Amino acid sequence: MNRPALRKYVNPQYLSDLPEGPCYDAGHLVTVNAGWRTRKPVLDSEACTGCYICYMNCPEGVIFKSDGKVDIDYDFCKGCGICGNGCPKDAIVMIREGEA
Amino acid sequence: MGQRAFLCGNEAVAEGVRLSAPHVIAAYPITPQTVVVERLAEMVEDGSVKAEFMHVESEHSALSASMGASAVGARTFSSTSSQGLVYMAECLHYASGGRFPIVMMNANRSLALPWSIYGDHRDSMSLLDCGWIQVYTEDAQESLDMVLQAYAIAEHPEVLTPVMINLDGFVLTHTYELVDIPDWEQAREFLPPYETVNKLDFDAPKNMAFSSNPGNNLEFKLRQHRGMLRAKELIAETDGRFQSIFGRSYGGLTEAYRCDDAELIVVSVGSVTGTCRTVADELRNEGWKVGVLKIRFMRPFPEEEIIAALRNVKAVAVLDKDISFGYEGTVFTNVNSALSKAGAEILKLNFIGGLGGRDISKDHIREMYRRLQDGLDGIAQENVQYLGLGVAIDERG
Amino acid sequence: MSVVNKVRINARTITDKEFFYGHKACAGCGGSLAVRHILKVLGERTFTVLPAGCMSAVGFNFPQLCFDSNAIISTFAGTASMMSGIAAGARALGLKDYHVVGIAGDGGTADIGLQALSGAIDRREKVIYICYDNEAYMNTGIQKSGLTPFGARTTTTPAGENIKGTVTTKKNMFEIVAAHGIDYAATASVGYIQDFINKIQKASEVDGTSYIHVYAPCPTGWGTETDVTIDLAKEVVDTGLWVLAEYEQGEFRLNRNPKSFAPVENYVRRQGRFKHLEDEDIAAIVHARDAKWEQIRNSWKLK
Repeated sequence: MNRPALRKYVNPQYLSDLPEGPCYDAGHLVTVNAGWRTRKPVLDSEACTGCYICYMNCPEGVIFKSDGKVDIDYDFCKGCGICGNGCPKDAIVMIREGEA
Repeated sequence: MGQRAFLCGNEAVAEGVRLSAPHVIAAYPITPQTVVVERLAEMVEDGSVKAEFMHVESEHSALSASMGASAVGARTFSSTSSQGLVYMAECLHYASGGRFPIVMMNANRSLALPWSIYGDHRDSMSLLDCGWIQVYTEDAQESLDMVLQAYAIAEHPEVLTPVMINLDGFVLTHTYELVDIPDWEQAREFLPPYETVNKLDFDAPKNMAFSSNPGNNLEFKLRQHRGMLRAKELIAETDGRFQSIFGRSYGGLTEAYRCDDAELIVVSVGSVTGTCRTVADELRNEGWKVGVLKIRFMRPFPEEEIIAALRNVKAVAVLDKDISFGYEGTVFTNVNSALSKAGAEILKLNFIGGLGGRDISKDHIREMYRRLQDGLDGIAQENVQYLGLGVAIDERG
Repeated sequence: MSVVNKVRINARTITDKEFFYGHKACAGCGGSLAVRHILKVLGERTFTVLPAGCMSAVGFNFPQLCFDSNAIISTFAGTASMMSGIAAGARALGLKDYHVVGIAGDGGTADIGLQALSGAIDRREKVIYICYDNEAYMNTGIQKSGLTPFGARTTTTPAGENIKGTVTTKKNMFEIVAAHGIDYAATASVGYIQDFINKIQKASEVDGTSYIHVYAPCPTGWGTETDVTIDLAKEVVDTGLWVLAEYEQGEFRLNRNPKSFAPVENYVRRQGRFKHLEDEDIAAIVHARDAKWEQIRNSWKLK
């Protein structure tokens, strides 16, 4: 995995379950960001040429390389639309969240 | 075997730092602690201290850099005084909350305004709640020894709390005494290298100094508080271990002098205690039943020791080199709280003196004991009294 | 101690690993894109320091910890001093092959953190300091900083009848840093991401202190759509309002020296923060730009 995994967080029962100080495992993700989206990027794999402009410009890092093209981690995509706006082949279009 | 040398308090601290084998020293010059920084710079230059000496641009940066070094597991030393201490106030809280076991010397000095480079306890007492262990030393030897002890306490995995070693400005920092300098190998035996999981680590990467939320902030603060409370036991244990190796002991959180059958006690902090003992001896010779209780650690606060030492005496005078404006002396507030909780019905008076470097003489200390006796004899006493006040207090003042 | 990267990093060769993930930055945040690439270029053996500010606020909320490498929040003023301490501690402990990077915003750099940055450069610490410039104190709700541009409306420089927003101009951090005789300094923009990556990589190979000032639009603070962050970050360069340049071995070098500039009006008019500006205000911005470019073309190396 090239990105930190989502983990299940168990609320501490005892004081000693918490770290001694504010110092804990790097990349410890317990919540997703999918709920932030009002719009959602939809990828047309046929149209994608694998130029990776969207991959390079994504502030979330949720676009990843896949078989010479790209794919999207929807758990953490916030739907900003930078990928769709910047795609030279219009291979990513933004649709309203909940449609399709 | 170690060696003996004539050292001032500042130089004794520098020797203590050398023997603690720090990795990083970050400090900024300010009177009257500058000599510590100068000596350490010389020691780094001549190779007797193998540390990174950082020429930082402010006290805030001194402690910020110290935290950075501590965050990768380095043993770190800083020192400051007065305006410098309050300039780094943000970092003081940050360091204790981050559980960085930094040791720092503070040369106690008055705070502006009005300006004064001379000693009192305004600087450190105003930061009593910054989460640092605060020890006040009495002489150069204790100052040196407490640097070693401070690292042993601070770095304990259940404590992980920074320590501020307070030396009275000029009176202690600049006074020369014959000091035993411990042997390097013995220092190694007493103080092992710093090991911690509370650090940034390539083998187990960490996010540090993060945010909490209302649902867990109390729990983090409580762990910090309990770390400080754990230090109470460890301070005495550490002193015992120190004695077994070096033959010197300081007795833990407080040190009682001729208190066993005493009726009148003066509670003191820092270098003035020596004068208090001299006066107690003189009064004993005159038939007074007097003693002196020195508070070595203001945090963690030695509530149990104070109650044990004072609950059966007749009267207590607390000497503060500071005013908590709008109330009374901070040491008095703390001692009074402890005794009140114990239900001890004792006459308690607060004496404020020594501000901005004003001398506290034997006569002043005699006066404190005399006031206690006056109070017991039914002569009304002001709760807060001022030692050596050069003028009469009038209505318009 | 610097890691020498043999391969030039680009869209094809950059690591697939993401080190800044799951954070709570606003959608379309230019600052978070900058952080993402900084960490990708520098790699796993990096100590990252972020002061109190947007990037620490969105990335370090226990138990959601979004930096997948060693990272720490410093005090607001203490980015460069904490980086210095990390560098000193790591050196004293004998660590090898690592980077120390600090990533602070415009207020954290040009205002409250300037003293510590100056000290770190003076000590020639082996650290990389990166300022992501979104031109105001965004984390606290869009207040004017020393890098807020002329004319911009913020919550502390409201635009009204009497005052048209910010009346001062941006501090020139790039040249302030260069005046220290720093080993390497550069300006960049998230709109030209390859140029930014090249500069991060170059900074990582410098045996001394590096500073990169990267332009990073903030949709929330600027009043822009979330999907035009990259467009704006390109346009600010194309208009000549932001200069891509480097400073090395005592010399300034211009990276892009366009024959003509894109119209400033287009860039300004699409941002809510400039909505109140009148033609004469835009003319003043253009005039200041032209004066700056004249000075640059007369005294800097051109490419």
